[in-house]
Amino acid sequence: MPETIYNLACGALLVCCGMCLYRIGLGPTAPDRAVAIDILGIVVVCFTALLSLRTGLSYYLNIGIAWAILSFVGTIALAKHLEGKGFDE
Amino acid sequence: MSDTIGAVMLAVGILFNLAGCLGMVRLPDVYNRLQAATKCVTLGTCLVLGAVAVLTAGQSAAIALRGALCIVFIVITSPTAAHALARGAHASGVKLWEGSVADAYAADGEPGAAREETE
Amino acid sequence: MMRRLALFLLCFAVWIVLVWPPRDETGALRLADLSAGALAALLAAAVMREFTFEKTRGLLDPRRYLWLAAYGVVLLFYIVKANFDVAYRVLHPAMPIRPGIVKVRTSLRSASAITALANSITLTPGTLTVEATADGWLYVHWIHVTTTDPEEAARHIVSRFEWFISRIFA
Repeated sequence: MPETIYNLACGALLVCCGMCLYRIGLGPTAPDRAVAIDILGIVVVCFTALLSLRTGLSYYLNIGIAWAILSFVGTIALAKHLEGKGFDE
Repeated sequence: MSDTIGAVMLAVGILFNLAGCLGMVRLPDVYNRLQAATKCVTLGTCLVLGAVAVLTAGQSAAIALRGALCIVFIVITSPTAAHALARGAHASGVKLWEGSVADAYAADGEPGAAREETE
Repeated sequence: MMRRLALFLLCFAVWIVLVWPPRDETGALRLADLSAGALAALLAAAVMREFTFEKTRGLLDPRRYLWLAAYGVVLLFYIVKANFDVAYRVLHPAMPIRPGIVKVRTSLRSASAITALANSITLTPGTLTVEATADGWLYVHWIHVTTTDPEEAARHIVSRFEWFISRIFA
């Protein structure tokens, strides 16, 4: 795969990460930040897919699978915490 | 041929990712953000994984198989996480945007939330 | 017992995908990897009580997998439509949204069927499940509400999947 396509794709994903970080930083409420953290986790799986494409090594996708599952568990934990007690009381 | 298909899938997937993240920045309340982000980023990531599988199909079956497994995991977990977050946001007292037209869930007194606690 | 066997086979299949290829360069089976996978799958099947399949009867019925494949195609069509819909709303300068939470009724009862329905609703145009109660009410966040009547909303949101899911999880 040509170098430029890989660089462009990584640049676009970095813009995605930037927008997620903007939402994590500015909130304004706790659930907004939790949503952004969830989405950031999925964008990282995209990065691992691109890395395995660039290097031809399949175990980057194992990292991606593990990352997707761990990010899911983390999001569920955050959601349970939000449900348990309000942050805006 | 498969190179072209893979490159198109990669481009479309990343454009959907960008649209989803833009929606998360622009839309007014947490539920709308969750809608845009979940739908677009899920399909975008699945397209990127599919593109990787298509582009490497000639060299290694391992990448294609793992990509398919990853797609299955993401399609199952991402809507579930969105559902949990929406319920958590509602339970923690985040109001809907002022332009919203209805909130049947609050009107019915959040049924189901109490059931979870008694289990 | 059959439920645990099904869980064991599922775990072991996932493991084999994770360590693919099962043979090394010389063509010999990679016994260390495969036996570790068998051990882990056995452990999972022995420890997990809650997360086994509800019933194994009908797990090998080919008609259900046929319905599942057809449903996958239908769902893919709606997911792509949903993405263009959301992208249009986000990129439009005025953001044409009219959000709200409506409730709809479903006739499905089994836990896995309701989960599948709720996940499908989340991935399809303009809707996001907020809560599903045990007696069949779904609370759905709708990005462009056209009606708050449960019957009318159900025709828009639920009916197109219910038919397939009731056949897959029969």
